[in-house]
Amino acid sequence: MKKIWSGAMTILTSIIAFSAFADSGTAVDQYQLNLRKGVTDISAEVYDLHMLMFIICVVIGLLVFAAMFWSMFFHRKSRGVKPANFHESVKVEIAWTIIPFIILIVMAFPAAKTLIAMEDSSNPDVTVLVTGSQWKWHYKYMENDVEFFSVMATQQEQINNKFDKGENYLLEVDRPLVIPTGQKVRFLVTSDDVIHSWWVPDFAVKKDANPGFINEAWTRVNEPGIYRGQCAELCGKDHGFMPVVVVAKDPAEYNAWIAEQEEMQRKAKEEEQRLLAMNMSMDELMTIGEQVYLRACAACHQPNGQGLPGVFPSLVGTDMIKNDMPGHIDIVVNGKTGTAMQAFSKQLTMSEIAAVVTYERNAWGNNTGEMVQAKDINAVMTGQ
Amino acid sequence: MSTATTELDHDDHHHGAPSGIKRWLYTTNHKDIGTLYLWFAFIMFLVGGAMAMVIRAELFQPGLQIVDPNFFNQMTTVHGLIMVFGAVMPAFTGLANWLVPMMIGAPDMALPRMNNWSFWILPGAFTILLASLFMEGGGPAFGWTFYAPLSTTYSNDTTALFVFSVHIMGISSIMGAINVIVTIFNMRAPGMTWMKMPLFVWTWLITAFLLIAVMPVLAGAVTMVLTDKYFGTSFFDAAGGGDPVMFQHIFWFFGHPEVYIMILPAFGIISAIIPTFSRKKLFGYASMVYATTSIALLSFIVWAHHMFTTGMPVEAELFFMFATMLISVPTGVKVFNWVATMWRGSMTFEVPMLFALAFIVLFTIGGLSGLMLAIVPVDFQYHDTYFVVAHFHYVLVTGAIFSIMAAVYYWLPKWTGKMFDVTLAKWHFWCSLISVNVLFFPMHFVGLAGMPRRIPDYALQFADFNKWISLGGFAFGLSQLIFLALLIKACRKQGEPVSAQVWDGAEGLEWEIPSPAPYHTFDTPPVVK
Repeated sequence: MKKIWSGAMTILTSIIAFSAFADSGTAVDQYQLNLRKGVTDISAEVYDLHMLMFIICVVIGLLVFAAMFWSMFFHRKSRGVKPANFHESVKVEIAWTIIPFIILIVMAFPAAKTLIAMEDSSNPDVTVLVTGSQWKWHYKYMENDVEFFSVMATQQEQINNKFDKGENYLLEVDRPLVIPTGQKVRFLVTSDDVIHSWWVPDFAVKKDANPGFINEAWTRVNEPGIYRGQCAELCGKDHGFMPVVVVAKDPAEYNAWIAEQEEMQRKAKEEEQRLLAMNMSMDELMTIGEQVYLRACAACHQPNGQGLPGVFPSLVGTDMIKNDMPGHIDIVVNGKTGTAMQAFSKQLTMSEIAAVVTYERNAWGNNTGEMVQAKDINAVMTGQ
Repeated sequence: MSTATTELDHDDHHHGAPSGIKRWLYTTNHKDIGTLYLWFAFIMFLVGGAMAMVIRAELFQPGLQIVDPNFFNQMTTVHGLIMVFGAVMPAFTGLANWLVPMMIGAPDMALPRMNNWSFWILPGAFTILLASLFMEGGGPAFGWTFYAPLSTTYSNDTTALFVFSVHIMGISSIMGAINVIVTIFNMRAPGMTWMKMPLFVWTWLITAFLLIAVMPVLAGAVTMVLTDKYFGTSFFDAAGGGDPVMFQHIFWFFGHPEVYIMILPAFGIISAIIPTFSRKKLFGYASMVYATTSIALLSFIVWAHHMFTTGMPVEAELFFMFATMLISVPTGVKVFNWVATMWRGSMTFEVPMLFALAFIVLFTIGGLSGLMLAIVPVDFQYHDTYFVVAHFHYVLVTGAIFSIMAAVYYWLPKWTGKMFDVTLAKWHFWCSLISVNVLFFPMHFVGLAGMPRRIPDYALQFADFNKWISLGGFAFGLSQLIFLALLIKACRKQGEPVSAQVWDGAEGLEWEIPSPAPYHTFDTPPVVK
């Protein structure tokens, strides 16, 4: 008996040691076995709660399995054992109803305490509106005039195994969210189309983005750094290609960054107005249009414009392409309600929309020869 | 035989089985229908398994190699639907058909013609579902949970077929459940009181009530998806005053009891097998019945634990966390009772017992990870990762499916009158046991490390474990071909003849009739002591 007990303890301690060892790994650890501790007080509490639950479960499991394997070794017919006759015991049955109940109460207290803290998003220092759409995130700083889209930056060639995969394969974006360290950052999470879920494991923040509703979450990051996560709710074809990257900077750096962004975005708007007066050549439109198309349109309509039959419509030789330029501009600018077609007026500049519409009307043998300029887009957007 | 004599003798129950295709098409015999259900379930298990192989082949290494993401989503969706509605549920219904009448001393199910219908609409339902995979736009790609608005506004044109097939599956389940309830209430042999019924009968009775309670809710959910998509309603569309989260509430109000629909009959099976091979009466029969009932009742008040990240009020999160934790008490009672049954028994380890023991260990692992998932703050980390995938595959594959295999090995000699090929069966057990753990255990690790579920491609840090998972998956898939070979041999009636009792230590009415069980049993009710 004593020998078996010490054996069980050895296994238990080695499991615990193993898991304690495992959590020391970094984000790219190939053999990370355990939840990460993360970089916030809450995520550390969550980790401790996880370990507490894990150890309780391992102990319960080992006790049950030990009793079972004890029977299997010592109470087997081949050892000539005659079966006992007992088949109930009110005392034992009450005991193993009450004891688990007490263990559950022990678990429930710290869990409830952490949960209530996690759900208290009051008095934030910074608020960011996080909007998911098929398959990108949009961040808008509520206190500043800064907003932008954040799209996966991994090249399609890496996904298709033509190029070697980079270190942050599928976990890299063109423009990460930037937040200050040491301050309470509140996230207002919503969606423009289907349900997404905004998840950063290092913050222990995962919140569904529900279209038409706004959820709240918050974090206070202790360490500056780059933290990576992914969309966690199935949101259609490219659900697996919708990473979240958050850069935490110390407050001084953050303030400098946000001021710079504000300035840049203000200038960009002025530039856009200035460009309205200018016409681009066909070559320019086609070159820019192809880039924009591959970035914003090809996920659904495919690089060859053929779409996916029955899912996403083709853009090759259709009636709208051949005969209906105003309709074409309208659908790109305003989207089409009730379908996956988004309104791109928020995501692309007017000259980008002009270029991509031109590209779609002339690529893949469409060859309408028609050019669309930024001022045409402006006309649609301002309702002229 | 002339028509006249048939008419004269139509009350004579001692005719054998008719032959040919008509036997199976027109049959109202509970044993034939049970066999049909079991074979159908096994074929669906292989079809759904083939889809899992596609999923695992794509996930064998990072990058997209074999399928495009849209088809990948169709595979995960249809794999889930097939395994839940096509494999596990029909297999349990098949076992109920075979066993419930024999266990309570009834000559057949109470409503034999409805019994025929409830089976024969199933192949149609799955033909519709599978056919949609080959149509323009492909099959359903929104996950087996079909969350709106991905399944409404943003789904492909074949969604109507998905809805229609789920409706038919639901009708089949409800008819099967009504049959089980009516049979158990009305056709027990004299002396077969409620508290003498075998636990398999008890657990199926409770399961049948769960089915009747929640399948209409599923039907409502798919109907609302249908009208939202095609007829302009806005049940789940905020723009029209609806709420996408309401879909999840409705779906999981069905979905959580559904989880117990897929595991309660397994408890009944294990409670039959463990005492037989321990040569000792089941410990705590009455508490098993009460535990099953309380699990069933609790299953109606825990649904939102699938939805902790949807942004519920903190009070609701606390309520559903506590309610969910509570379920582990009656579930624990069951496991403790099984262990106490073995304690100081006289154990042997025939193949059904091997599967039952594996069930207890692996189902308990799945149950314990379920307890971890109940804790809301950490569920925020686990939710929609491979940790969840590991959890529910432990309870469904090494839980429900292992129990079905245990049941087949346990009662197969009674059905065919011959002992199955024990060597093949042991190969099947050991190959399945090892590969299923290589398949599902590392999923805990990648889940904790942060790999979301339902993705066709993943970050490089998950590559090594995914390779192992895929290899385990292929091995588990191949292992089931051993089972197929064994079942074909058994159906050809190869093997040593067995006695009526088959297993020494087996107790119950079904072990008192000859092996193989005659086409008609208990024409006159047996006497129950």
